[in-house]
Amino acid sequence: MRHKTIAPIVLVLLFLTTVVGSPAPPPTDQEKITHILDRLGFGARPGDVERVQKMGIREYIEQQLHPETINDARTEERVSQFASLRMSQDEILQQYPQPQQLARQLGILNPKQAKPDDQPASRAKIQEYMKDNMLRPPNQLLQELISDKIVRGVESERQLQEVMTDFWFNHFNIYWDKGSDKWLTTGFETNVIRPHALGKFKDLLLATAESPAMLFYLDNHLSSSPSPAVQNALRARPNAKRKPGINENYARELMELHTLGVDGGYTQKDVTEVARAFTGWTIDQPRQSAKFIFRPMMHDRGEKIVLGQRIPANRGVQDGQQVIDILAHHPSTARFIATKLVRRFVSDDPPQSLVDKVAATYTRTDGDIREMLRTIFYSDEFMSPESYGNKMKSPFEYAVSAIRALGGETSGNQQIAKAIGQMGQPLYQYQPPTGFPDRADHWMSDGALVARLNFAVTLTSGRIPATRINLDGFKDPQAAALFLGSPDFQKR
Amino acid sequence: MASFAAAPSFLVRSAMAQGTAGTSDKDRPILIAVFQRGAADGISMVAPFGDRNYATVRPQIAVPAPGSGTDAAIDLDGFFGFHPALSSLKPIYDAGHLAVVHAVGSPDNSRSHFDAQDYMEAGAPGNKSVADGWLNRYLQGSPKPDGGAFRAIALDATMPRSLMGPAPALAMSRIQDFDVRAGNRGGGGGAAGGGGAADLYSAFEAMWHNSTFDAVKLLKSANPQQFRPENGATYPNGQFGQGLLQMAQIIKADIGLEVGFLDIGGWDTHANQPGQLNQRLREFGESLSAFHRDLGDRMRNVVVLTMTEFGRSIKQNGSGGTDHGHASALFVAGGPIKGGKVYGKWPGLATEQLFEGRDLALTTDFRDVFAEVLTKHMHAADAAKVFPGWRPAQQLGLL
Repeated sequence: MRHKTIAPIVLVLLFLTTVVGSPAPPPTDQEKITHILDRLGFGARPGDVERVQKMGIREYIEQQLHPETINDARTEERVSQFASLRMSQDEILQQYPQPQQLARQLGILNPKQAKPDDQPASRAKIQEYMKDNMLRPPNQLLQELISDKIVRGVESERQLQEVMTDFWFNHFNIYWDKGSDKWLTTGFETNVIRPHALGKFKDLLLATAESPAMLFYLDNHLSSSPSPAVQNALRARPNAKRKPGINENYARELMELHTLGVDGGYTQKDVTEVARAFTGWTIDQPRQSAKFIFRPMMHDRGEKIVLGQRIPANRGVQDGQQVIDILAHHPSTARFIATKLVRRFVSDDPPQSLVDKVAATYTRTDGDIREMLRTIFYSDEFMSPESYGNKMKSPFEYAVSAIRALGGETSGNQQIAKAIGQMGQPLYQYQPPTGFPDRADHWMSDGALVARLNFAVTLTSGRIPATRINLDGFKDPQAAALFLGSPDFQKR
Repeated sequence: MASFAAAPSFLVRSAMAQGTAGTSDKDRPILIAVFQRGAADGISMVAPFGDRNYATVRPQIAVPAPGSGTDAAIDLDGFFGFHPALSSLKPIYDAGHLAVVHAVGSPDNSRSHFDAQDYMEAGAPGNKSVADGWLNRYLQGSPKPDGGAFRAIALDATMPRSLMGPAPALAMSRIQDFDVRAGNRGGGGGAAGGGGAADLYSAFEAMWHNSTFDAVKLLKSANPQQFRPENGATYPNGQFGQGLLQMAQIIKADIGLEVGFLDIGGWDTHANQPGQLNQRLREFGESLSAFHRDLGDRMRNVVVLTMTEFGRSIKQNGSGGTDHGHASALFVAGGPIKGGKVYGKWPGLATEQLFEGRDLALTTDFRDVFAEVLTKHMHAADAAKVFPGWRPAQQLGLL
């Protein structure tokens, strides 16, 4: 008990004597709270600092760590206008049909044709049919997804949950424009990422492994056993389109990007073995319910050795589950996830001392995300004034924090989505599986700065449709634009 | 907070150092990369009418041999012919400033647009862990003491994968978008704006005191849009033609451009291929020929390099189109190019000569072409660093 109370004091003294020449004035409560609102959420709205001061910093952090205890009915009401976010996969595919399929149903295309021809007459016919039947083009799925994200970012009281949803989507990045992911990304965000954002990492990992969006994005749905018997059987199927065989895409990214990290200690042999383990993890009825299914017919039944651990033959779907288990309990995963979290919440160059503590929490709590965050939020590294305002906001964070700072309200208009894209972050449309890099140098360029300043001017002059702002406390719109366009406001 | 202590280096460097408008070296080599997204059909763009299998594998959609009517191929060398919609490129070919490389592409067998574009732009087929693009790695490896904000420009709202990475590059959908519009009523703002707008602009500038404003000002003072198309050039109205028009303006403005990037879509011709290609190739060819004509003598140090992620299936499908294939064709044009020739070994179209029994086989790795352009035209220090894992297979002698 005794050394527990002494240690922090020693640390503080060391810090004061060795790091800082002349002691800086300790941060005020207001500075502390602003930092917390900047990191746990998307920045302060007018009145937020006072609100947190009143309830207490610790109480605020604990609340944010338990979003289920926060009443967010108003936000839910506001986002209920985005109907596709509430639809089943069947409904999404019915109401936002693929133009090709629709054209086939209408007899504009013969079944073998891949795309409708460009004749204005057939296009008009499709459009008329869609209008009459209240059908919408798939692009609107993307717009609703983006609007929902912006509205939640600006208005949700569950700020940390939205920060973590953004973080994990980027960690398990998929690309909306890739084929079927136009229809699958909505469910990926609402059913896979957000519900697990503060849970156990292993549950999140398994949910992504089983999600049709990820199975499609990283091609695992095509991957089948290389054995001649399986290959011949697959080729013999009536509508076999693709060359069957093993596809290593998911296996590699699962280890490199989702769990161990590129230097996490796996080999090419491990990639192949993991790919074999996941053969048969595919999508059932991709054009309708699009659900995860394990197809024993495609599966490689042989024994596998993954990172030195034996996966016995003939275990079927359990092979992939065991791989998830091995990876989720690997020390490299603890380190890799800890590093990324500390980079998001503390610094572009994560302090090793804190990474070690967070990795230890991962190991101790079986990968409990909430506990790792708690380790970060109550750490000296996080609370040190040195980390205040040292993270560059991503374009999404910038846009959302700007609207919040002006006490604004928005329906996530298309123009905001476009501006965020021009600043360099086309939401849900980043092609590489790496996700956007979480570093200042990625976000700031001449073009990006120009786009940020233009956003500040457009927003403060009230020219963004369906977006209200409040300029109380500013002399004029230009003063507000200067505030949002300042170097300080680009950072959190 | 001391405004931008952790700012990336280019933010604190002065863009003015890289040459005031008008004084930079007009002979600086320039590369314009054009990505045909969607997989353009190589054997329609440049039809191998001399291959006796060509007409038989594509009974309805082959480009007819020269001399068989207005829809016929335009003879290049007795074996290959341009698609008729590319007629505007023929004079450039005849003048020796345009070359074709045929049966070229990525050795990776992916038929996914997504993967194949990614691999080509990363310059690393089959390797997904390469984070930056090939053109950015070129810029990183050939730093110029006078290199500034305008070394690389993509006329696109977002940075293309080819230019992503630590070296500075600029992406803008149009020249006029690269301006801080400080006016509150749209238009009339910016550096030239009056009253409050000018105040806001100066206040932003004072607050940032970095190279971005130098670059914005430099671009404004160079005023690329003052340059009208010359030599009777007329650009098509589409996005690609207008993009090339602006690229020519940027070159004429002499602000230090080394690498330009544009893309043009609409090549995924699964159905009704002849109609679609006719329209796309006409815009493609006429835009490129307008660019060539417009720049005139300035093409002496400019190379235009086109690329597409893969070619299309040899056999036509059931809907008058083609599906995803393997090798395709690309164009290289400009003063330094030894044009008037179709480069590359022709693999043939007989079934046993096809890749996986269905697609045009590859005889030239795209990296051999890109590396040759980088080395001989751009004087790249080490092309091998631009293309991780690549081993040079051949020198085509394009330059």
